[in-house]
Amino acid sequence: MFPDIHAEIGVQARRAANWLLLATAIALTVTFAYVIPYAGYKGATEGPGSDLTPMLTGNFAGSAIGGMPAFIGALALIHGVLIAGSDYAWDVWKTILVQQPSRIRVFLAKVVTAALGCLVLVVVLFAVSAAASLAVTTAEGGAVAWPAASGVAEGLGAAWLITSMWALLGVFLAVALRAVALPVGIGLVWMLAVQNLISGLAAPLLDWVDALQAWLPGGAAGSLAASLGAREDTPAVAELTGPAQASLVLTAYLLVFAIAAGFLLRRRDL
Amino acid sequence: MTTALTTSGLTKRYGSLVAVDGLDLHVRTGEVYGFLGPNGAGKTTTLRMLLGLVRPTAGSLSILGDNGRAWPSPALGRVGALIEGPAFYPYLSGQENLRALARRARVSRERVTEILELVDLDQRAKDRYATYSLGMKQRLGLAAALLKRPELLVLDEPTNGLDPVGMADMRRTIRRLAEDGCTVLLSSHLLTEVRLICDRVGIIHRGRLVSERPIGELGGAGRLSVRADPLERAQDKLGRLVGPGAVRRSDADLHLSVDAGMAPAINRALVAEGIAVSELRWHQPDLEEVFLELTEGNGAVQGNAAPEGNGNVGGNGHVS
Repeated sequence: MFPDIHAEIGVQARRAANWLLLATAIALTVTFAYVIPYAGYKGATEGPGSDLTPMLTGNFAGSAIGGMPAFIGALALIHGVLIAGSDYAWDVWKTILVQQPSRIRVFLAKVVTAALGCLVLVVVLFAVSAAASLAVTTAEGGAVAWPAASGVAEGLGAAWLITSMWALLGVFLAVALRAVALPVGIGLVWMLAVQNLISGLAAPLLDWVDALQAWLPGGAAGSLAASLGAREDTPAVAELTGPAQASLVLTAYLLVFAIAAGFLLRRRDL
Repeated sequence: MTTALTTSGLTKRYGSLVAVDGLDLHVRTGEVYGFLGPNGAGKTTTLRMLLGLVRPTAGSLSILGDNGRAWPSPALGRVGALIEGPAFYPYLSGQENLRALARRARVSRERVTEILELVDLDQRAKDRYATYSLGMKQRLGLAAALLKRPELLVLDEPTNGLDPVGMADMRRTIRRLAEDGCTVLLSSHLLTEVRLICDRVGIIHRGRLVSERPIGELGGAGRLSVRADPLERAQDKLGRLVGPGAVRRSDADLHLSVDAGMAPAINRALVAEGIAVSELRWHQPDLEEVFLELTEGNGAVQGNAAPEGNGNVGGNGHVS
């Protein structure tokens, strides 16, 4: 198994698109968690824009995790699609499976690589967020107070769970549709349009939709992020349920996506 | 002689379409077996079933002595293949692509270097695959197929896209591998290619095996066409020279079933008789004509082919 993971990591680490996704995630986090809120704080006299607290060192984990339910999650989904879908687009599955005929081993290597890619993503975003919060705190002459290590670890774990779940959705869509473009399109429509329609349009009108939200991947991700200090004015962040249920729902989706993709890959012709 | 590969009643259906229909192949250890058929005959689907990429609907297959009960075959670790052209990650170099495959196959880095030299890609090994010519891509595909030192090598149209020199190189490489003891299953739609490389041949048409026989018994030998005046005297002379059964007359020509090398002697003999020879033309039949010969000529479907294979070729014997 390890040689397969090693091979897959080597293939993905050399792919510029994965690093571009990481760079985009950094740019989005810095821009929307720090630069724009800080500019708003400096220009505002009162109201929501005047709150400096989420940008200070003590809350950097919440700021880092705030993007995971929506736009950083979308990047994680693209990462998952690229890992599994490109092998269809370039017809590389046959080349790999001639060398290693066990489809499940090849697939598990991809799942592990997707999860490790998400781990790199969240660690880097937490580090960047910490650095940005330090800059803001220092610039404002505040006392540098870091959150407890356990809190940071909890945030990292939650962020890893959320992004891995989105990445596995990407893997599932890529295997189910045997492509790259269509899975990315459908995944993004779900994350950025359908989820907003559900929370903004359907949930206020229908009680059962409102109740259902906490059981959907986006609702669970938003709840987990909110419970760990993400600003509730961030898109898709809302505490619909507690962190325990949200974590369980996300884990269940992650497993369902992985098992369904593995089943399809094993059963279907290539 | 032992068999490297046998299939029994191997079948693949896609809904109502029968892509491969009850195929019985027998590839002997150490031979180069030509798997010949027109495009769409079911060659690639068959090879994909052998390699565990496409699940058979019915039938069984045994590779390198396995018991034939499991699919994919547990012996696939000893099989190398190049199916439907090479496919690699375009952003990786040839060397990086092979190293990634070598890790999966538990093959050493030294073997990657060795195999790149063997296919003459060592000078371009560090260039991105996307920058390779079609011939180089094909050679990298062969390198990947040889990575595991396979006992059975499955090659699907390996000379596709190669220039004449590349084709000759590929054929030499395949013959050399066979001489080193590797069994080769080579699919092709090129009759000439199969004649040049293979020991035996199986012909597939519309998913069924039409014939399986040694290459020397394939038929479809070339013929010499002669245009001469007067034609009757030429026919009489040539009948005495090569035998009346070897001479056939059409409207304005005589067609001789002889070796191409006899053309000068035939020309000399006719001229010596005072017969004017206006044209001597060698004709090498293509795959379509061989199909005609196998399915209509003398009603001959020979070798080990399944009996029902005869009736499956289109009524006029033409390859569709």
